[in-house]
Amino acid sequence: MSDMSSAVVEKYHNDFLKEVEANVEEGEWVRMCMQCGVCSGSCPLGPHWAHPPQEIFMMIRAGKREEVLTSDSMWMCTSCYNCIVRCPRGLPITHIMHGLAHYAHVLDLAPKNQPTRRFSKMFWDNITKNGRANELKLGLSLYFKDGFGPGVKEALKNKALGQAMMKTKRMNPMEFFGGHGVKDKSGLHAMLEKAREIEEAKLKRPAN
Amino acid sequence: MADEKLPVEKKIGAYICKGCGLGERLEGAQLSMIAEREAKANVVREHDFLCSEDGVKMIQDDIDNEGVNRIAICACSRRAKTDAFNFEGVAIARGNLREGVIWARPDTDEARETTEEMAADYVRMAVWEVKFMTPPSSNPEAKCTPDILVVGGGVSGLTAALEAARAGYPVTVVEKSGHLGGHVADSWKRIPDRAPYTDPVDTGLDELIAACEAHDKITIHLNAKLTKTAGAPGQFQADISVESGPTVTASFGAIVQASGYDDYDANQLPDLGYGKSPDVVTQQELEALARAADGGAIKRPSDGKEVKSVAFVQCAGQRSEKEGQLPYCSGHCCMTSIKQAMYFKDQNPDIDTNILYRDLRTPGSGGEDFYRSGQDKEVTFTKACVDGVEAAGDGLHVKFKDLILDEDSEEVVDLVVLAVGQVPNSGVDIDAVAIEEEEEEGEAGEEGASPANEVHVSVESILNLDYRQGPDLPQLVYGFPDSHFICFPYETRRTGIYASGPVRRPMDIVSAREDATGAALKAIQAVENAAKGRAAHPRSGDLSYPSFRKEGCTQCKRCTVECPFGAINEDEERYPVFNESRCRRCGTCMGACPVRVISFDNYSVDSVGQALKNIDIPDEFEEKPRILVLACENDAYPALDMAGMNKIEYSAFARIIPVRCLGSVNLIWITDALNSGYDGVILMGCQKGENYQCHFVRGSEIAHQRMSKVDDTLQSLSLEPERVATYEIAITDIQRAPQLINDMAETIEKIGMSPFKF
Repeated sequence: MSDMSSAVVEKYHNDFLKEVEANVEEGEWVRMCMQCGVCSGSCPLGPHWAHPPQEIFMMIRAGKREEVLTSDSMWMCTSCYNCIVRCPRGLPITHIMHGLAHYAHVLDLAPKNQPTRRFSKMFWDNITKNGRANELKLGLSLYFKDGFGPGVKEALKNKALGQAMMKTKRMNPMEFFGGHGVKDKSGLHAMLEKAREIEEAKLKRPAN
Repeated sequence: MADEKLPVEKKIGAYICKGCGLGERLEGAQLSMIAEREAKANVVREHDFLCSEDGVKMIQDDIDNEGVNRIAICACSRRAKTDAFNFEGVAIARGNLREGVIWARPDTDEARETTEEMAADYVRMAVWEVKFMTPPSSNPEAKCTPDILVVGGGVSGLTAALEAARAGYPVTVVEKSGHLGGHVADSWKRIPDRAPYTDPVDTGLDELIAACEAHDKITIHLNAKLTKTAGAPGQFQADISVESGPTVTASFGAIVQASGYDDYDANQLPDLGYGKSPDVVTQQELEALARAADGGAIKRPSDGKEVKSVAFVQCAGQRSEKEGQLPYCSGHCCMTSIKQAMYFKDQNPDIDTNILYRDLRTPGSGGEDFYRSGQDKEVTFTKACVDGVEAAGDGLHVKFKDLILDEDSEEVVDLVVLAVGQVPNSGVDIDAVAIEEEEEEGEAGEEGASPANEVHVSVESILNLDYRQGPDLPQLVYGFPDSHFICFPYETRRTGIYASGPVRRPMDIVSAREDATGAALKAIQAVENAAKGRAAHPRSGDLSYPSFRKEGCTQCKRCTVECPFGAINEDEERYPVFNESRCRRCGTCMGACPVRVISFDNYSVDSVGQALKNIDIPDEFEEKPRILVLACENDAYPALDMAGMNKIEYSAFARIIPVRCLGSVNLIWITDALNSGYDGVILMGCQKGENYQCHFVRGSEIAHQRMSKVDDTLQSLSLEPERVATYEIAITDIQRAPQLINDMAETIEKIGMSPFKF
């Protein structure tokens, strides 16, 4: 996969577009963007994106592979679906954004400390461990993501809420020690590993 | 011609309608009395519902039994009930009592007196107008050849020929080159015109040529030119000279000019690499490469290498402010580039194609689908401003600014295609020639004096018209023969000659075929109308035509110069010669004539002049001014009618007279009006200038020019210049037109009444 992280593509040629079409969920739609900019104008977080969707699509067609895959823009998408609803060409923009983010993550080009990416990874690790979401641990790992000190501070801030949840049996403190899970954990892990293998095998390398 | 009509005793019938509320608002008996006693109508009748079967029959009975031959219908606007009030063989005038009086005035006791006066004046005007009209009849000399001449054997010309021939009209095609098909003959495929609009399709030229050659009503002359075209619709005489062959003279009823275009000279674009590298080509040159490839890989000209990447530079030398470049958009080039990118993609989807556009325009019903199909085939579309193309190493470096990413960029490609524009093949710019001639009278003309953005390609005349006004069609802008692009796109300023295809405006094959069909239809109309001695357009069916009193003519040439349609020639003694089948019946000649010898049977200096002079002018101390409104019947008059329909009130002092065109307004009417004691005069015409709306192209403009000199007349009468105003009115000015009348009434209140009331 390392060769894919550093592939060189020709500017404004179809290389990177083809790569996106092959490897990104709904990526085959990128070519249909007509650059009207309605998506960028409709995005509630638009002003906070380094590159709004319209620009991302043009960057893909311009062969700006590294800029696109290392960008944090796709990670900013909150899945409000405004862009999908409004796109005159019917592009599933939200899905493409998530697809791009995923692809950048697979290639490990996505920005390391992007909060959405970190949380997504946290959630994945949490849920795949036992096959069930461990809410207590997920909450705690979110509190302690920036280190022990800020974690304690954050936890104390939410002390009252936590106690209330415990009192009403909404949160089980015993989950801290392993927690509940599916019956056949090793089977689940084997299944996930196989799925990963299949996905990786499907990845197409860029032309050059 | 005029004396061929037997003098018939004038017998005037005035008919006053009481329907549509006229009876309740106006004193019918009073109006009848005015028509009879004052205006001296021979028969005067009132009717409760004049446009009903019974009312129409009443009028017809008078025509049949009483010998009434001039009819003044005092009812609704002349634009209403034209089917009911359509009587053969008589002259008809209309007094607009409904839209022009009761609907434009409030129904109040205070307003009653002035409203009644208004109605009375319209009755007077109608009767006096018709008194000076003659029942129009067509020129007995009208004759017609049904043959249609098509100049140009490209797609547009051939389509026009085939359409006209299939409609039963003999057609002659004159093509200057040795083969048919024009540019399309060198093209590989064309943009699709049928769903699903996804792929380039065959040009269809071979079938078109075969159909034309096989048709027994079509005669084709190759290597031929028109060396002289004389005459008028229905009776054009054209000299067709075949290269190293005889010159034949033939008669034609109408002409379709499909002389096409030339590509803009790409040598003017060295910045884009043209001329520096053989791998920079125009769209037309790429067509040749695609034809050579015949569905296989397209090879670049320099070394025959198969093209693996290509960039299309849109708007090359067009939509440009730069000197010597085309300021306009040629319309087809975006679609053409998409089509050409597909040549590559369809052959090998791995070829990189990039279309660098500033604004992508894909007109037509299938345009968007075709664009989408291009995207689907992975053609890259880049909104960019191309700075230059340079040859370096093995490829061409296209430098551009990406307008979406807002950064300078560069792409290396094997081939660059320039979308250069179309330059019309419209022959001699007769207006420029006229200006040059004027300049040459002062000093010998210098080179390079032509203004910026003017691109001259062909200076050879195409039609060689034997018209006093010049050998080719007049041009409006950028060398395209002008037409009224909204209402009458196929019309030119030479009746019976119709421009079709890219000579009229830039276009592609599909549009050219549609255009040609329209032009063929117009040519057929021209033939048919000429045969009946009727006006073709826009006063379709009008039988009247201008005639002039030779004894009074001073040979001043003003009519021949000002006629927007080149209808008037000169004879050896420099008297005007009217070609009525070229005439559009606008009356601009009549407005121009300083000695007032030009007139129509049903529209003349007298018919309008007597109407405006014979109203009742109250004396100065009654404080009832009179405002004459001369309103163009095409836009201003309907606008005022619609104001009435919408019950938008305007001053009761206005007296509105419709004119055929503001160009037909003779200054004597203004002088007469002021001398008769009118306090103000308003002229309402159409928009003039480059984006003119005038149905007669130049009438409104000429009227504005004439009126700019009316101040002298006003000064000689010691009148304020504010008393005469000229406006450009659109048909939608339903609020504004009445407002302008009210403004004039206010102005008169300020500056006081005219002293010329007797």
